[in-house]
Amino acid sequence: MNLKRITKHPILKIPQKREVIFTWNGTKLTGHEGEMISSALFANGIHIFGHHPRDHSPQGIFCANGQCSQCLVIVDGLPVKSCMTPLTEAMAVESVEGLPELPQDDTRPRIRSAATREVDVLIIGAGPAGLAAALELGRLGVQTLIIDDKDRAGGKLVLQTHKFFGSVEDSYAGTRGFEIATILEEEINKLASVEIWLNTTAVGVFSDKIVGAVQGVKNSRYRRIKPAKLLIATGAREKMLSFPGNTLPGIYGAGAFQTLVNRDLIKSSEKVLIVGGGNVGLIAGYHAIQAGIEVVALIEALPQVGGYKVHADKLKRLGVPILTGHTVVAAGGKNQVESVTVARLDADWKVVPGTHKTFEVDTVLIAVGLSEVNEFYLKARQWEMDVFCAGDAREIAEASAAMFTGKIEGLKIAQSLGLSVGEIPREWDYKAAILQSKPGPVVSRRPPKREQGVFPIFHCYQEVPCNPCTSVCPVGAIRTERDEITGLPYISDLDACTGCGSCVAVCPGLSMILVDYRDDPENPRVTLPYEIWRERVEVGQKVPVTDVDGAILGYYPVEKISTRRKYPGTLLVQIKVDKKVAKAAMGIWVQEKQIEPSCIYERELPPDEAIICRCERITAGEIKAAIRSGVRDVNQLKALTRAGMGACGSKTCRPMIWRIFQEEGVDPGTITDRVDRPLFVEVPLGTLAGAYKGGRLENK
Amino acid sequence: MKTSDVIIVGAGSAGVPTAMALGELGIKSRVIDMHPSPGQGENKHAIGGVRATHSDPGKILICRRSLEIFATWEKLHGDPIEWLNGGYVFPVFRRHDEMMLKKLLPVQKKYGLNIDFMEPRAIQQLIPGIHPQGLRGGTYSPDDGSISPLLAVNAFYRHAVTLGVAFNFKERVRAIRVKKGRVVGVQTEKAEYAAPVVVDTAGPFSPELVRTVGVDLPVTPDSHEAAVTEPVKPFFRCMVVDVRPAPGSKNFYFYQNLHGQLIFCITPDPPIVGTDKRETSIFLPRVSARIVRLIPRLKNLRVRRVWRGLYPMTPDGSPLVGWNRQISGLLHATGMCGQGLMLGPGSGEVVARMIANQSTDDDQMILEEFSPYRKFKSQEALK
Repeated sequence: MNLKRITKHPILKIPQKREVIFTWNGTKLTGHEGEMISSALFANGIHIFGHHPRDHSPQGIFCANGQCSQCLVIVDGLPVKSCMTPLTEAMAVESVEGLPELPQDDTRPRIRSAATREVDVLIIGAGPAGLAAALELGRLGVQTLIIDDKDRAGGKLVLQTHKFFGSVEDSYAGTRGFEIATILEEEINKLASVEIWLNTTAVGVFSDKIVGAVQGVKNSRYRRIKPAKLLIATGAREKMLSFPGNTLPGIYGAGAFQTLVNRDLIKSSEKVLIVGGGNVGLIAGYHAIQAGIEVVALIEALPQVGGYKVHADKLKRLGVPILTGHTVVAAGGKNQVESVTVARLDADWKVVPGTHKTFEVDTVLIAVGLSEVNEFYLKARQWEMDVFCAGDAREIAEASAAMFTGKIEGLKIAQSLGLSVGEIPREWDYKAAILQSKPGPVVSRRPPKREQGVFPIFHCYQEVPCNPCTSVCPVGAIRTERDEITGLPYISDLDACTGCGSCVAVCPGLSMILVDYRDDPENPRVTLPYEIWRERVEVGQKVPVTDVDGAILGYYPVEKISTRRKYPGTLLVQIKVDKKVAKAAMGIWVQEKQIEPSCIYERELPPDEAIICRCERITAGEIKAAIRSGVRDVNQLKALTRAGMGACGSKTCRPMIWRIFQEEGVDPGTITDRVDRPLFVEVPLGTLAGAYKGGRLENK
Repeated sequence: MKTSDVIIVGAGSAGVPTAMALGELGIKSRVIDMHPSPGQGENKHAIGGVRATHSDPGKILICRRSLEIFATWEKLHGDPIEWLNGGYVFPVFRRHDEMMLKKLLPVQKKYGLNIDFMEPRAIQQLIPGIHPQGLRGGTYSPDDGSISPLLAVNAFYRHAVTLGVAFNFKERVRAIRVKKGRVVGVQTEKAEYAAPVVVDTAGPFSPELVRTVGVDLPVTPDSHEAAVTEPVKPFFRCMVVDVRPAPGSKNFYFYQNLHGQLIFCITPDPPIVGTDKRETSIFLPRVSARIVRLIPRLKNLRVRRVWRGLYPMTPDGSPLVGWNRQISGLLHATGMCGQGLMLGPGSGEVVARMIANQSTDDDQMILEEFSPYRKFKSQEALK
């Protein structure tokens, strides 16, 4: 029996999957065929996948993205990344306890040498940027190969259950991310000159201008690809924080969480605390609640959240406390996280004594920013290849921006191949810049004075690049200030509104309502967007109606629930309210109660205990000691401490090491950065040698 | 102007131990290197094997001393350098390789080496999983082993600093300064430094360095690629050297370090001459095919990282150690031919004694063999 699966979801359909039996350290368990082993283990409540050889610390999921090697398990005698290896019937899965033993399989494999595949354009990464570029190239008939390490195209779009910002014509605004992935993939499949190799991991870019890639999960095959043009659309990876207990199983990135919850429909947690108030953290909080997971709080070190106000407002209306000016002090727990302690920061970023609060949680989500996956790009540049870069790999921004930069780079590649594509419109660069822009300051707006008829109210107080409301209004009455995508929306003609509710349904920020005075001016009907548990809003039921910030205005009866065909996930809930609160109404409170933290925080843990290099288990204290002894060369630091020598190649610890240098007051100009070398993902010697089983050669 | 007894150009496998040995003799030296920290030139590209089992007496003597230093370092100085006393095994599959190795044994034993030719069964015990097809046995020298080049050079560096050695990093030496046929110091991109003795331990960059004083040194760098794997439970301890050639390569060699990682390297054939250190796509498939043929179970071991380093080659495969005859005070200790890691500590002491006028009889023999002015006749048998 699987207890930790999401069996109902307000947005996602729950597909029927074939159940298979597998074993975990000899015990029979049930999982879904083809799901990643890590998800099957989580579904069975197993979060500890092994223990590290250096200090026997428990190991679990971290990136859930094939990058970090923290989630290794032994399958049929061999260590594999559980987050990248699909479950099959009767699979024998074991935890990795210390160093794994190499199986004594002494049969000589048959060897075939890897032929080199030449292509006009190779795109690494089938996410929003890569797919958008491939669409442009495919439409021009350019021979294009896209490789991606996952089993489906779409990149991180497949985790995005929320509606996109941006504009309808350029970035599918109002459509949910996973639906955009499907649309893009279907479009690509129509294009004869574009080929996608899924389950194909790029592992290195070499000086002979060849990209090495490993195709297939089992019996994988090494491929050498020689592209005339290379597009890097490898996206981003999550940054980590340094605090004692930071590597306990249960502490991982918000993106990893979205993978478990939204892609794999695993109820990974019961109670989470989120660190980081950027869009990733805010959205993860929303996704958690949609998945039936409690969010005890979201904390942010800055005095205000960095993400869109509408995302923060959505969380607040559901009952999630947002603690700004707070940091995480330590995580506690023996084998996995059991509690997390946060505290207030003063103006000098120092913890204020006595402000510690400890929350009991089983998960801490780290959402403190992303860094570019740019190792392939930097290598290709170093080798002077004809290389382009789009999406987050180029600059961290929203997926809508990634699609746009992908489109631009796709056309630039076509141009560089000598195709006549005409001028790339100048305003595209401008649009791309706007889509990447940070949100503006929060402004105050007054609703219209009128108390008759029907019209929308915009609880949209911050300029962000978003305007689908203007596109869907059937009478064209909604416009944005200055007619710019970042301008705040307004209704140009109150009398024109027909009360259709399309704007409420499309709004990605869930920050629009409709007020209808026509039936009963004293008790107008408000239409609120709602994307959480359906059973909380039955017709006739009185629900807690909140204002934009989550303050409860009163309990009012639900009159009607409907949806728009194009936006089935967003319920339009009509509630009859007192006219005093009508214009302020925005949300329906969901979380039963706020979880009270305790003030107990027994021991002041030294921050030096924090792990910086997860692969080699190197602490902040060890790194500080080396820096204090005079080390200024990250290569020497690595030689002395092993920090950055692990499987991931310093993907996670690099920014943290630089941070420690900064905290130690070292002039960055005196520091030498590490030399990065392939492979960027580990590959078996047999695969590199061209070993294969059986006598049949695939023709690909 | 800063003055010292000796200036050493290059803080790598040869330079750092030389400074350390000079310090032990009370001679103050300054080491100048263009890299940001010790061993960041070619030292860190070494895979870590250290052996005394060579075919030339000079190398045998020097490396025996090096092994002694490595083997006792942790005990004497406390800092770990991951010395693994696993020996070297040269398994043979061809008759003439067997003959060649057996022919060397008398000389090797004469100079005190612990080495013997073993039966196939013994080799299979030393290298579990080695494919037995055609295996004729092989040599085993249990006193050899491996160290972490990264840790060793840093340990030597720390010790040198405590002995009063000055280090200048991120500073490129532009020219050796000579007055009336005598060395007076060096000119770097930042400053001038004075010393009556300059030691050239610049490895692949030695020719460029000594050309500034008109010396033409027969050192030609070529490049080799190496790689390291994920760690697995250690199952063998020795360095394995497969001397057979294959298309595109000569010998290849590997060992499993104390962490359980396999580290391997291959000798390209023909050599890739030059200072190009950029990773190629050819290396991994080529070396992997040879490794999994030799020890099939390694097919499941995952490669983590590759790199490429330079061997400063001389015409006969032996180093160049000795005073320059034209320029008084210029001492060459370079051209280590990819064996700088194992030669370094021993040769550092020889060089220090030369400078201190304390050379021993053994030193004289070594220096004759390594003379930069020798006639380059034959290739060393065991390269």
